[in-house]
This record gives sequence, structure tokens and C-alpha cells, in this order.
Amino acid sequence: MDAILQPFADFFGPTWPVVWSLVKIVVLLAPLMVCVAYLTLAERKIIGFMQLRVGPNRVGPFGLLQPIADALKLLFKEVIIPSGASKGLFILGPILAIAPSLTAWAVVPFDDRAAVADVNAGLLFLLAITSIEVYGVIIAGWASNSKYAFLGAMRAAAQMVSYEVALGLALICVLMISRSLNLTDIVTSQQPVRLAGFGVGFLSWNWLPLLPLFVVYLISGIAETNRAPFDVVEGEAEIVAGHMVEFSGMAFALFFLAEYANMILVSTMTSLLFLGGWLSPVGFLPDGFHWLALKTAFILFVFLWARATFPRFRYDQIMRLGWKVFIPITLAWVVVVTVWMMSPLSIWK
Amino acid sequence: MEFKTFVFYLLSSILVLAALRVVTARNPVHAVLYLVLAFFNASGIWLLLSAEFLAITLVMVYVGAVMVLFLFVVMMLDIDFARLREGFWRYLPVGAFVGVLLALEMGLVLAGGFGGKAMPPAGATVSAADAGLFKCASNTCELGRVLYTDYAYAFELAAFVLLIAMVAAVSLTLRRRRTDKYIAPEVQVAARHEDRMTLVKMSVEKEAPSVVETAETGAEKTGGQ
Repeated sequence: MDAILQPFADFFGPTWPVVWSLVKIVVLLAPLMVCVAYLTLAERKIIGFMQLRVGPNRVGPFGLLQPIADALKLLFKEVIIPSGASKGLFILGPILAIAPSLTAWAVVPFDDRAAVADVNAGLLFLLAITSIEVYGVIIAGWASNSKYAFLGAMRAAAQMVSYEVALGLALICVLMISRSLNLTDIVTSQQPVRLAGFGVGFLSWNWLPLLPLFVVYLISGIAETNRAPFDVVEGEAEIVAGHMVEFSGMAFALFFLAEYANMILVSTMTSLLFLGGWLSPVGFLPDGFHWLALKTAFILFVFLWARATFPRFRYDQIMRLGWKVFIPITLAWVVVVTVWMMSPLSIWK
Repeated sequence: MEFKTFVFYLLSSILVLAALRVVTARNPVHAVLYLVLAFFNASGIWLLLSAEFLAITLVMVYVGAVMVLFLFVVMMLDIDFARLREGFWRYLPVGAFVGVLLALEMGLVLAGGFGGKAMPPAGATVSAADAGLFKCASNTCELGRVLYTDYAYAFELAAFVLLIAMVAAVSLTLRRRRTDKYIAPEVQVAARHEDRMTLVKMSVEKEAPSVVETAETGAEKTGGQ
């Protein structure tokens, strides 16, 4: 690899690290955006099948070109800025929505040591970046100068801050047992040690000892991305579309892209932290990126499945679930895992 | 100029400008957003010092949680801008005095601490007994080691004080409205459909009594004849 890259490095001279980083970012983000586009199609198709409809099937074979048609339509639409809006912030809102959801991918490893930035405090970085996602929604809601948008922003602020606590506490247990904040180390720490000879790798992943946290993390992840059944932020029936109500064209599309990029991010994180990332579930098959992709696809399917299955939560029920159910569960499990780790029965030595 | 130095000056100049805008911005929401920008740049400067735990925690705690709640409150306030700026000249001497005092104190600390001397090397405070136990490569591990060994009591005490402050804040602001429409969720969750709904079995078609009667009488008549 280094030998192939050497001529390029010589050509660019001192700017080579910057160029090489940009290349890595493009190689990461271009497929990600394609995934985001086709996730929208997958969502419509899957929910269509669940509701005995066909879903989009007119543009291209089986409707496969539908996302591209949607993107083109949104690109050519006018971005209307309301006269009473705070203009700078109105533009900044969608940008702040999508920027963190793409930035977070910098530390996500796709295979052993294959990340754009394999940093020590990767998990912390992810927590910090996902915690600023809420700004896009709040700023958009306030800058629109509209009551519905503002209500959406208020709901988003309360909901996302609440579920972040449960999410963070769930992650504390994960980093406690893997003794590292580096995502690659967290995955490799899930490799089978005790059951090494039996070829049942999936039993040594974190989901089994941390089962309650796995469930809490998954549900909080859905709440954090404002997806159904926790999508009171948009709440079509009550506040039209919440923070997005005044946005049109590409500005609206950015919110949409951010939501789907976040979904993929949360699914990938769940696969990395609880489902062993790129590790193979059985002994006779090799590890590799395809396992991570499969696990992520499965979690994404669960997201869509939940959307097609459950009605929207009422606002006070969402708050109760976050504060009175999830946070006590995670806090209790932190204590359980601590005692477990210090006891002779510890499986993480 | 070294690249790191350039980044430092870039971050600190944005930081100072943003901090200035926090106090000069006309709209409080803009002021809060400038404060967020200031936090980000401060976190960047800490990253340059390879204090990644502090830097990321600053973003996570202050930007991700505290400033969101600030924004939440500031956006809801109905602020009279004219009245807000009214007392500016009256309070300026006091503010200037406090500001100068703070600057002086910081200058004294910096001049006394690092004047002409190099920064102590990282990990210099590790005592000889502990050095063998933990070899930390990262700032996170180093901080954790110091907090839970050398300063364990102070750390626990601080955590306890914070807990008490949190409970106090909650109990001070917790008051129940007299017109409260609180619904107990556990009652709702425990409700079964048998409690609220009865299913009645009935045939799909109900025979209309009058029609039946006439039909019957008609049948009798025909039968009679």
C-alpha cells in the first residue's frame, strides 16, 4: 500500500497528509450517501410490504431509481426563506443537522484498524458529536419564526437530552468491560476467550452479558434519532412536521439525509458495541467487513419494523420511559457489572 | 511558524472573538450560540495540549447538555431589549473593576507559575509507588488514575456535594399545580381491554320486528285460507 502511494506523496509534498485525509473522507462518505439514499427506498419498500402495498415501483426496475429521482426533485426546488425568519440561522440549521451525523463517522472502524481516525477516545468523541446533533433541530425551529417549528424544537431538545443520559450510561458499562475507549479495542475485546474452541463467537459478544443495556441502547437509539414511535419532534398530526415545517428543497432534504445517516450510525454503533462488529458469529467462517454490514442492515431493519408496528408515543410517556425506566435500569446495571467484574465469577479477566 | 502554533492562534482568536460577541450580541439566542462556538474553540485548544478527555467532555457536558438547556430557556423568555440595555452605563464601573481584577489575578498566576519555566512534563506527578502499577498512554487513563487514587476522597466529596445540589434543585423547583391533570401511567399501562370494553355477540342481520309481524300475519292468513 505504502509503495503504491509513495509517488502521490512525493507529488503533493507537504500537503500530502491533507490530500490523503480528504481522499479517505470521500471514500467513506460517498458510499455512505448512497446507503442513505437507498435506505429511504428500503424503508418505503419494507413498510410497503408490511402494509400489503408494493411501495415505489415506477422509476427504474422495481423502483430502484426512485431515490435519485427524489434527490433531483429536491435539488431543483426553490429554498424559500420566510420573511420573518432569522436568515443566517435558518441556513445554519440544516447544516448543523447534517454536519455532526457525518463527522461522527470519522472514528467508526469498519474492519481491524480500518477507520479514518483510529483515535484513543473514539467512544467519547462519538458521544460528544452525537450530543450536538440536537442543535440543528433547535436552531432550525427557532430561526423559522413559526409556532409549530418552535414546538418541535422544544420537544427535540427535551427528548434528545433525556435519552442521551440513558445512552451514555449504557456505554459506560461497555467501556468498563472492554477497558478501552477505542472502538477497535472494544470490538476485539469481544473475541471469544473462554469458549474459544467451540466456534460459537456470537455468545461472547457484549449483547449477552449486557442484555438489558443492549435493549436500552437500541430503544434509546431510536429515540435519539427521532424515529417512530418516538417521532413527536415531527408529529405530523399535531405540529405538522415540527422544525422542518418552513423548510423546502435541499434545506429540507438535509434534515432528511441527517436523520437517515444518524440511523445508519446508531445501527453501526450497536453492531460494534454489542454485536461484535466485524467478528464472525461462528468459528468456521472468517471475520470481515461483510459481518458488520449484515449486522447493521439487521438493526436498520428493526428500526423500520418498529416504525411499521408501533403507534406514536404520547409526549409524557416518552419522558417517563426515558427518565423513570431506562435511567434506573442502566444505573442498576452499572452496579451489577461493577460487582460482577470484581467478583471471582468475572468473565472479563 | 509551526502548524500547531498556527492552529493555536486560529482557535484562540476565534475563541476571543466569540467570547466578545457573547456579551455584545443584541439577541440573547445569538449570544448563547456564540458561547457554544467559544466552548468548541476552547475544546480545540485543549486537544492541542493532548488533553483529549477534558476537551471532549467539555463538548459533551457543556455544549451537548448545559447549553441546550440554556438555549431552551433563553428562547422561551420574552425579553425586552431596551430594558436590558438600560443599566449598561450604571453597571459598567463595577463590571470593569471585576474584569480588571480577574485579569490581574490570572496574570499573577501565569507569571508565578510558568514565568520563564517550562511546563512540567506530562505524568511528572506520578508517585514512585504507583508508577509500577499503571502505565497510562492516554490522558483519559491518567486522569482516572489520579482521580481514583491520589484524590479519591476529594473526588467522592465533590460528587456527593453535586448530588446534594441536584436533589436540592429538584426539590426547590418541584411544585404541583392545583389544576394538575396528572395521569398515573402505571394505571394506564395496566389497563386491560376487558375493564373498559365489553364485547357483545350479535348476528349480522337483525330482523325488523314490524316486517316480521306482517309477514307472519300474512302467512297465517294464507295458512288459514
